[in-house]
Parts: sequence; structure tokens; C-alpha cells
Amino acid sequence: MAEQEKGIALTEEQKKKRRSRSIAIACVLGGLVVLFYVVTIVKMGPDILNRAL
Amino acid sequence: MSLVERQDMMNQETAVWNGGMGSVSDYVALLKPRVMSLVIFTAFVGLMLAPGTVHPVLGVVAILCIAIGAGASGALNMWYDADIDEVMTRTRKRPIPAGKVTRDEALAFGVTLSIGSVVLLGLLVNWFAGAFLAFTIFFYVVVYSMWLKRSTPQNIVIGGAAGAFPPMIGWASVTGSVSLESFVLFLIIFMWTPPHFWALALVKNGDYQAAKIPMLPVVAGETVTRHHILAYAVLLAPIGVAPYLLGFASPVYGVASAVLSAIFVGLSFDVWRKREGDPAKAACWRLFKFSIFYLFMLFALLLGESLIAGA
Repeated sequence: MAEQEKGIALTEEQKKKRRSRSIAIACVLGGLVVLFYVVTIVKMGPDILNRAL
Repeated sequence: MSLVERQDMMNQETAVWNGGMGSVSDYVALLKPRVMSLVIFTAFVGLMLAPGTVHPVLGVVAILCIAIGAGASGALNMWYDADIDEVMTRTRKRPIPAGKVTRDEALAFGVTLSIGSVVLLGLLVNWFAGAFLAFTIFFYVVVYSMWLKRSTPQNIVIGGAAGAFPPMIGWASVTGSVSLESFVLFLIIFMWTPPHFWALALVKNGDYQAAKIPMLPVVAGETVTRHHILAYAVLLAPIGVAPYLLGFASPVYGVASAVLSAIFVGLSFDVWRKREGDPAKAACWRLFKFSIFYLFMLFALLLGESLIAGA
């Protein structure tokens, strides 16, 4: 326990703000995943299904 | 926070850190959303006017990247100009002077978004547009914010180029190149910027003096600034009509832009004529507000015509 208390101690306010920022970053990353998925389909078009089985 | 400071903190039992206080809305404010909205609009017009087509999804990606790149420039500008922002009443409530975001956090945020937007635009749309966006960010942050802003009264004349590039990037997103037409769009914003900002600078002269920024009214005086405003307004007028003169806008645009340009020159003349007290201040505000409407209308007319032509 003593080890965990060393270093920077965040206040409750800082923890709350960090959580909201983390959620926003997660949303952005999720959006990027969707974006790359959609753009891949757009760029490859019908060729996306044209592959050796 | 430097590594040494961080190490010092780690050596103590516990330490208080004054960072990490920014909410999501503070980080959004770092992106200068109002400037970003103008960038999105002008880039979209450039993209729509460009010959050829782009897939709607890629078009949205291009505008998104240009918008994020513009926002990143804003964040880096606030990082560098935090000392100035603290002094000026107009900027005192920005996240860094308000103590909500530290300078280091703004720097990290701006650099991350800059790299992300350029790479995304290059990978998903085309690398010419990506490189152009990178150059625009460099121009705004390094050439304008770090160099020109504090050293010359021509700061916003040359620095204004950064704000004028977005329609060219929008155009380049479709064609992979630039052309005379996209350069005219650039010129309209480039010539519009000085009278727009000098009208504001005349009203906020005290602010700029306090921040020791060499704006034209501070360095050369208000009379010289009024001469410059009128001169730029007269030079802007034919450039505003140029899309019609060069054949890529209809006579409707030609007439509308000529009328709008005439009003712009008229209001600039009013600023030049009224030099004392409240009437002078009111004339500056009128020109400042109309200049925003002017730019919006020129680009909205061009956009409307391209939509009608494409229908």
C-alpha cells in the first residue's frame, strides 16, 4: 500500500476529468476503427470480395 | 512537466500535480471551433468546385482531416501564445490562461492532432493534400505564430495565407493538384484577411499595445492603418469578382460579388473617413461584421452554383 501512495496523488476532480477525457479518447478511437473499415470498403469496392479462397 | 521534475515528484512520498484539470470541452476550446467552422466551410467549397468527383466518404474524410489540422494549429498557437493570451481581454478566458490546461498538455494535444490529421489525409485521400495540410500547419504555427506575429506589423498579411489555404487543400483532395481557380479562392481570403483583422485591431488597439504585439495600429498608427484598410478593400474588390471574370462562376455571382465588394469598399471608406470617438469605433465594428458576411456570401454563392450545376 505504501508503494502505491508514492508519486503524484490526483485529486477527485482530476480523476473525474481524466475519466471524461478517457471516454472521449475511446470514442475517437472507436470512430477511427469505423472510419478505416468504411474507407477500406470504399477504396476496394467490389474487389473486396474478389480474392482466392 | 519535465522528466527531472517528474523524477523529483516520484522521490517524494506524494506530490500534487496542477495538470490534468482540462475537461473535454476545454480541449475542444483549444481547437478554436469558430475559426474551424470557417475552415470547414471554405475547404468544402474548394472540394465542391474542383473538377472531377470524389467518393462522398472520402470527401467527408478530407474535410474532417482539414478541420482537425486547423484545430491542431489553433492548439499549437495557444501553446505558443499563452503569455500573450493572458494579457489580452479577448483571449484571457482561453483554457491555458484560465489554468484549465497546461502548456505541455496543449503542445502534446496539438502535435498529436497535427500528425494524425496529416497522416490520415495522406493515407486515405492523397499525399499531395496531406503535404499541403502539413505545410499549412507549419506556416500557421512556425511562420505566423512563432516568427511574424511578434516581429512585424505585416504579421497578418503574410500569416493570413495559412487561413487562405483550406479551399486549396479541399480542391487538392479531389484533383491531387492545385490550379488557377483554387488559387483565386486562396487570393480572396488572403486579401480579405488584413482589412478584417485591422478593423478589429483598431477597436482592440489597447489590448495589442498591452500585449506588445506589433499590429499595424500599434506600430504605424491608426491613420496609416485606415489607409491600408481602404487600399486592401479596393484591391479585394476585383479579386472577389474574379471567379466570374475567369469564367468559373455565373453572371449572378458576378453581379452579387460586385455589389458585396462595393459595400465592402464603402464601409472601408467609412472607416477611413471617421477617425474620432464612437462613430469611428462603430464604423470599424460595421466593417468587421460585414467582412465576415462578405466572405461567407462569396463562398456560399460559389457553393450554391456548383450544387445547381451538379444537380
